[in-house]
Amino acid sequence: MMPAKLSLTIALILASAAAAAQSPVKGDAVRGTKIFTTFGCYQCHGYQGQGSNAGSTLAPNPVAYAAFAYQLRQPRARMPAYSLKILSDQDAADLYAYLLTIPKARAVADIPLLAKAQKPEK
Amino acid sequence: MPHKRTDRVQRRGFLKGAAVGGLAAAMAPLATAAQDTSQPARNLPRSAGPTPGNVETSARAQGVTYASCGGDYMVDVMRSLGIEYFAATPGNTFMGLHESVVNYGMTTAPNLRFITTMHEEASVAMAHGYAKIEGKPMACAFHATVGLQHASMAIYNAYCDRVPVFMLTGAGIEADKRSSAIEWIHTAVDGPGMVRDYTKWDDTPGNLQGFGESAVRAWKFAMTPPYGPTLLAVDTELQENEIPGGATQRPPIPRLPSSRPPSADAETVREVARMLVGAEHPLIYVDRCARTPAGLKMTVELAEILGAPVVDSGNRMGFPWRHPLNQGRRFGELRSQADVLLALEPGNPFELVTAKRPDGELRRILNDNAKSITISSAELYPKGNYQNLERYAGMVDIAVQADAEATLPFLIEEVRRLMPAGRSAYDARARAFAALHQQDYNTALQEAVYGWDASPISMPRLAMEMYEVMKSEDWSLLSHHYWQSSWSQRLWAADKHHQYIGGSGAEGVGYTSPASLGAALANQKHGRLSVAIVGDGDLMFGPGILWTAAHERIPILYIVHNNRAYHQEIMQMQAIANRRQRGVDRAGIGCAITDPNIDYAMVAKGMGVYSEGPVENPNDLGAALRRAVAVVKKGEPALIDVVTQGR
Repeated sequence: MMPAKLSLTIALILASAAAAAQSPVKGDAVRGTKIFTTFGCYQCHGYQGQGSNAGSTLAPNPVAYAAFAYQLRQPRARMPAYSLKILSDQDAADLYAYLLTIPKARAVADIPLLAKAQKPEK
Repeated sequence: MPHKRTDRVQRRGFLKGAAVGGLAAAMAPLATAAQDTSQPARNLPRSAGPTPGNVETSARAQGVTYASCGGDYMVDVMRSLGIEYFAATPGNTFMGLHESVVNYGMTTAPNLRFITTMHEEASVAMAHGYAKIEGKPMACAFHATVGLQHASMAIYNAYCDRVPVFMLTGAGIEADKRSSAIEWIHTAVDGPGMVRDYTKWDDTPGNLQGFGESAVRAWKFAMTPPYGPTLLAVDTELQENEIPGGATQRPPIPRLPSSRPPSADAETVREVARMLVGAEHPLIYVDRCARTPAGLKMTVELAEILGAPVVDSGNRMGFPWRHPLNQGRRFGELRSQADVLLALEPGNPFELVTAKRPDGELRRILNDNAKSITISSAELYPKGNYQNLERYAGMVDIAVQADAEATLPFLIEEVRRLMPAGRSAYDARARAFAALHQQDYNTALQEAVYGWDASPISMPRLAMEMYEVMKSEDWSLLSHHYWQSSWSQRLWAADKHHQYIGGSGAEGVGYTSPASLGAALANQKHGRLSVAIVGDGDLMFGPGILWTAAHERIPILYIVHNNRAYHQEIMQMQAIANRRQRGVDRAGIGCAITDPNIDYAMVAKGMGVYSEGPVENPNDLGAALRRAVAVVKKGEPALIDVVTQGR
C-alpha cells in the first residue's frame, strides 16, 4: 500500500506537470473576491486567507496553481470537495487570482503589540 | 431502584408518624389502618389510595407550624462539606430546601449562598466551572422531572470533563403527599435514573439520617478520581417537615474522612521510571491530569528532570504555555520520533497512538520499538452506554489504572533516584527543545500579522488586544482556546493552575457562558480577573446567565466571539453539500445567526450588564476592552460584542 503522503506528492507533481503544459485560464480577481465569500472559503481560511485551525493559510504567497486546483477538486483532510459541477475552472482561476492580490502583511516589528511581545520577557 | 423502595416506604412511614404533629398526623395512620387491616402495624402509614373519606396529611397542612425542619439539617450537612454556594432555578419540589438555604444558610455562618439561575443547565454549568477553579463541588438543585431534564446535558458535560458537582433534585416519594395534579406530573419513581448513565452515583435517601450519610458519600464519590457529578433525590416532605422529635433530635452529621486517591503500585512506578530515564526520545502528554495546582507543579517537575518535551491537550492547565518544554505545535513529529510516550489521564488514548489512513487501515503512530504508557483513572469507573471512553486503545503498551496526579510524586521520586550523576544529555535535550519552543513562538507572532487589520476581527488580533489589558492582572481564562484557533495558548504566558480551565467535556453547546460565570464566582474571592470568550451560539443557548451575573454581582469579562453562526456546523454543512455536489450557497440555512444580527450589547444591557459593541473595527477593540476591564475590576460583569472571523 502506498503511503498517503507519497501518493499525494506524486499526484501533485503530475498535476503540476499538467498545469505547466496547460496554463490556467486567466483569472478575474474581483470576481474571485466574491467567489471567496459566496463559496464559503472564508469560513475556514479567514477573509484574508490567513488560515485557522480549521483551514490552512492560503495567502499571501499562495501555493502553485496546480496544487491549489488539486486541493480544490480532491481535497485532503476535511475540506469540502469543489467539483466542476459546483465550481468551474474559470471560478477556480478567479479565486486564485484573488489570492494573488492579497498583499503581504505588515512585519511584526511594525505592529506595536506584536513587536512588544517579540522582546524577551524580563 | 425498586429493591430500595420497599424499605424506604417503611422508613418513611415510621418517620411520618413521628414527624407530623397534631390531629391530622394522628388520624392518618388510623385512616390507613381502616383501609387495609392485613398490613403489619409498622406499615400502617402507607398510602391507601384515593378512597373518599381517607384523611391524608402533610407538612403543608394548614395551621401546622414548627421550629425545626429537615431542610435546615440538609443545609448544615452541606456546610460541613465546605459547600459555599447553592445554584438553582426555583422549583416546587425542593422549595423546603430552598427556604432553608435562604433563611438559614444565608443568614448564619458559615454562609451557604443561594445563586439564582434562569435555567437548570446554567446551575450545573456554573457548578462545573466553579469546581475547576476551586477544586471542590458547589451545590445545585433542580425541580423533579422537568428541572432535571433541563439539567441533563450540562450533567453530561461535567461527567465527560471529570468534574465534581454536588446535585440535588426533588422527589415525591409518598404518593398521598402529592398535593396536586402538577405534583404528580413532577414526580418520577426513579428520577435520577434519567441521568444515571452519566452520574457517578445517586441515591434517594428515606430519612434525614440517610440524607446525611448519602450527602457525605455523594461528596466523597464526586471527589474521588475520576471526579464526576453525583445526585441525591430528596423527598419533598423530608425537606419541609419538622425534624422528628424536634431540633434536639436532629441526626448527627456524618464525618467526611480524608480520602486518598488511588496511585500506581511501586513496581509499576519503578518500571515506568526506568523507561522514561532510559528513553532517548521521551514524550509526555498531559490531559486532565493536573487536578490541583500541585498537579501542575508536578508535571513541570517531571518534565524538567527528564528534559522531556510535553504536549498539552488543552482540556486543563496541564503544563505552562510558555514553558520551554511545551511543544504543543510539534505533537505529530514528536510522536513519530518518540521511543517512550507517557500519557497522563488521556481522554482519547486511541487517537494518541493510532492513525486511520485514508484507505481506512489503522496504523500505529509510534515507531515499532516505542512503548506507550497511559496512567489514567478513567478505567476505574467505566460505564457502557455513553461512549465517552472513546475507542478501545489496543495499541497502548502499558495501561496503568491509577490517578495520575496521585502517582506523580512517586514517579518523580523514582525518576530522580534513577537519574545518572551526569545530566548533560538531559540538559542538552532540554536546551534543544527550549530553542524549538522559542522558534514556535516567533512563528506564532509572524503568523499573527495575517489579517491583523481586518474586519471582521481576526483571532490573533483579538487575543493580543485582550492580553494587553489582562497581562498585568492575575487573570483567568475560562473558555477553551480551541475555538479561537488556540491563539491565546500560542501567544499568552499562562503558568498558574487557575489561568485556564479547558472546555465543556462533552462539547454540549451552552456550556461556556454559565460555566465561566461559575468559575468567576470562585475567582471572585481571590481577586482574579475572570475572562471568557463565549461563542454567540453558546450565549444564546442561555442568555439569562447575564442576568445572573448582574444580579449576583459576579465580576467577569465576557467577550462575545461573534462570528454570527453555529460556525462549526456551517463548515460541516459545506463539506456535506459539496460531497453531494449541491454547492455551499444554502449551507448557512439553519447554521447562520443573521437576519437579523443579534445586538449582544443590547441584550446584555437589558440584563443589567455593562456592555459595548458590536466592535467591528480592530482599532476600537483595545479601548473597549480597557473600559470593560475597569468595570470588572470594580466587581461587576461586563460584555464586549466583537464581530470576528470564524476561527
